[in-house]
Amino acid sequence: MPQNYVPIFIFIAIIGVLIPVTLLAAKLVRPDNPHKEKLMPYECGIDPVDSARGRYTVRFYIVAILFVVFDVETIFLFPWAVKFKAFGLFGLFEMLIFLGILIVGYIWIWKKGALEWV
Amino acid sequence: MVPITTLHYLVVAAALFVLGVIGVLTRRNVVVVLMSIELILNAVNLNLVAFSRVWGLHGQIFSIFVITDAAAEAAVGLGILIAFFRNKETVNVDEVDLLKW
Amino acid sequence: MAQYFTGTDYLLSLPVVLLTLFALGILLIDLMLPKQLKWVNAVTAFAGVLFATAGVWRIQAVYAKGAGGYLGRFAFMQSMLVDRFAIYFFYLFLAGTALAILISVRYLEIENEHHGEFYALMLLSVVGMMCMAAGYDIVLIFIGLELMAISTYVLVGFLRRDRRSNEAALKYLLLGAFSSGIFAYGLSLFYGLTGSTNLRAIGNALQHQMMVRNGHADPVAVLALITTATGLLFKIAAVPFHQWAPDAYEGAPTSITGFMSVAVKAAAWAMLLRILVFGLYPLRSVYLPLIIFVSIATMTGANLAALTQNNLKRLLAYSSIAHVGYMLLGLVALASVDYTQPAFYDGFKGILLYLMVYTFMNLGAFAVITSLRNREVIGDEIDDIAGLYFRAPTEAIMMLIFLLSLAGIPPLAGFYGKYFIFLSLIESKHYVLASLAVLYAVFGLYYYMRIANSMLMREPLEKELLPLSWGMRAALGVTAVATVFIGIFPNWFIEAVNWSLGLTQATPIAGLMK
Repeated sequence: MPQNYVPIFIFIAIIGVLIPVTLLAAKLVRPDNPHKEKLMPYECGIDPVDSARGRYTVRFYIVAILFVVFDVETIFLFPWAVKFKAFGLFGLFEMLIFLGILIVGYIWIWKKGALEWV
Repeated sequence: MVPITTLHYLVVAAALFVLGVIGVLTRRNVVVVLMSIELILNAVNLNLVAFSRVWGLHGQIFSIFVITDAAAEAAVGLGILIAFFRNKETVNVDEVDLLKW
Repeated sequence: MAQYFTGTDYLLSLPVVLLTLFALGILLIDLMLPKQLKWVNAVTAFAGVLFATAGVWRIQAVYAKGAGGYLGRFAFMQSMLVDRFAIYFFYLFLAGTALAILISVRYLEIENEHHGEFYALMLLSVVGMMCMAAGYDIVLIFIGLELMAISTYVLVGFLRRDRRSNEAALKYLLLGAFSSGIFAYGLSLFYGLTGSTNLRAIGNALQHQMMVRNGHADPVAVLALITTATGLLFKIAAVPFHQWAPDAYEGAPTSITGFMSVAVKAAAWAMLLRILVFGLYPLRSVYLPLIIFVSIATMTGANLAALTQNNLKRLLAYSSIAHVGYMLLGLVALASVDYTQPAFYDGFKGILLYLMVYTFMNLGAFAVITSLRNREVIGDEIDDIAGLYFRAPTEAIMMLIFLLSLAGIPPLAGFYGKYFIFLSLIESKHYVLASLAVLYAVFGLYYYMRIANSMLMREPLEKELLPLSWGMRAALGVTAVATVFIGIFPNWFIEAVNWSLGLTQATPIAGLMK
């Protein structure tokens, strides 16, 4: 039903107005004297040592891979949770089997040391 | 105001699909190629969900599996890319040139 | 508690469940094994294959008692159809996997990459293959395809420190994922056109649409067919979608190259036949020209490219693409006639028999190449096989048998694969295609004999005898005996193929198309 979306449109409209207004207000109110030190990117108060476009260490990728794999399992849990009562005990066991397979994978990753930040 | 029909979704999906195919065929960076493949799979998902409006839930179930598959492919792809990078120090497709003919 | 699955469902998924359990077991056991005991994983995997075979045999036994004609048993709400076609392919996958495990053990030790994951991934990819062969719902077929493909990507890149292996895996992954995406897009369009994910419902709806439109296909159906067929042809590595195959075959560990060229290829064929023949049969007049074009391109491209190869794995990769070209001719014959004609069954028989014969002869040839790998020698160039006769005479003679069989010389198995395909082509009046295929078979003879020449006539570069492991001996023995035996007693095996098509039954396989 389209009328169900009316609150969302109002919400979007408010955001659309609010953001420019606050930004503009801040610009009008704040003192404005740019300085070389102030225009530098902020890195915990230390001077930036390198270009921000440098390479990430490969370990981040491993964390990302593990995250993606275990994140996606929730997509199966959602529809299952919605229909949990209809499936009953059978559904519970099916999901336990599914999670069991994932846990085997988890144990394997753990023992292989992929979770450690070497 | 024009009502949004299934056809509109299909046009968007077709556009995504074509963009994905062009991306795979023209980009040099492997990560970008992987992203283009994700774009193709997202076109598939959009198609399936749009058709679900007409035919019922089957399409949505299929799209859940396609999403999972996309994640698995991305994970394996990045894994292989890391192994490749460790030996070769590049992520450009046109430097993948040891095997030819 | 509502009853969702029945006992039949559990019985029919028995081989799949067993293989999955063994794969998970190998992953866990491998964590506890010291480096010298890694062969235990191979034994476990082999046991898993044996148990799964017993499971398939059990299904077959129970199923034979059941009444009725060809129509197999549906499971899991008609998403899985275990019929004789599927059972035939189950046996093929398991045979190919068992032989590949036998030749892997020593190879992986030499490469110093002997890990349990190798065998676990192999078993998981067989699970995927079984879902492809028995899938009767496009969702299940797609999941099976991806399970198989993703496992194989990792197996191809299994030699982590070898740059060729990395590169092969990367290429295979990018092109494989790309083709899967295109394939899935086609499937989604079919779902949209017909409102179902079940192959039979899709077929019926398409039939109805064709009738309403006076025998012309809907343009969207043509688009869906082309994208789906592109995905399928990618997976069987037909020209012009073959570029991944030589690279992946060359870079992969040699035993995996063998595995890919038989089991993975058979699975891709099972999926192609399931979708194009069972599901999309009403559209056969649309895809027939496409298949004719692709089969000619495949035979031409692959046979010409194979002539100049100096790498054995790459040469056999092109030869395997050429064999796909011959098998596609069977599909041409099958699709160009009605399913009441003999050409339909002969084409089908030709493809199935070809795949069985090919499993043994090609895996045998790859086993010989695998055994050439030694401490310092990579052993995949044509020079490395030079003088094999002086280093390992029995093995050289076996290789000669495999090569002659691949070329299709009459008393050997390879001949019968080609025979039924040529027969069906003549029955369906494709005389030009039949003569073209015979011409290209001569090309094939040339490049197979180049290997034989190097093997028998040249002086060996290394004098020492070739050490052979027990697994390798067993695999070579089985494949060589099978290649000769099928050639001398073809009747039994033709009977097996007839059985798988239900030709001994009142309602043969075509019953599925009504």
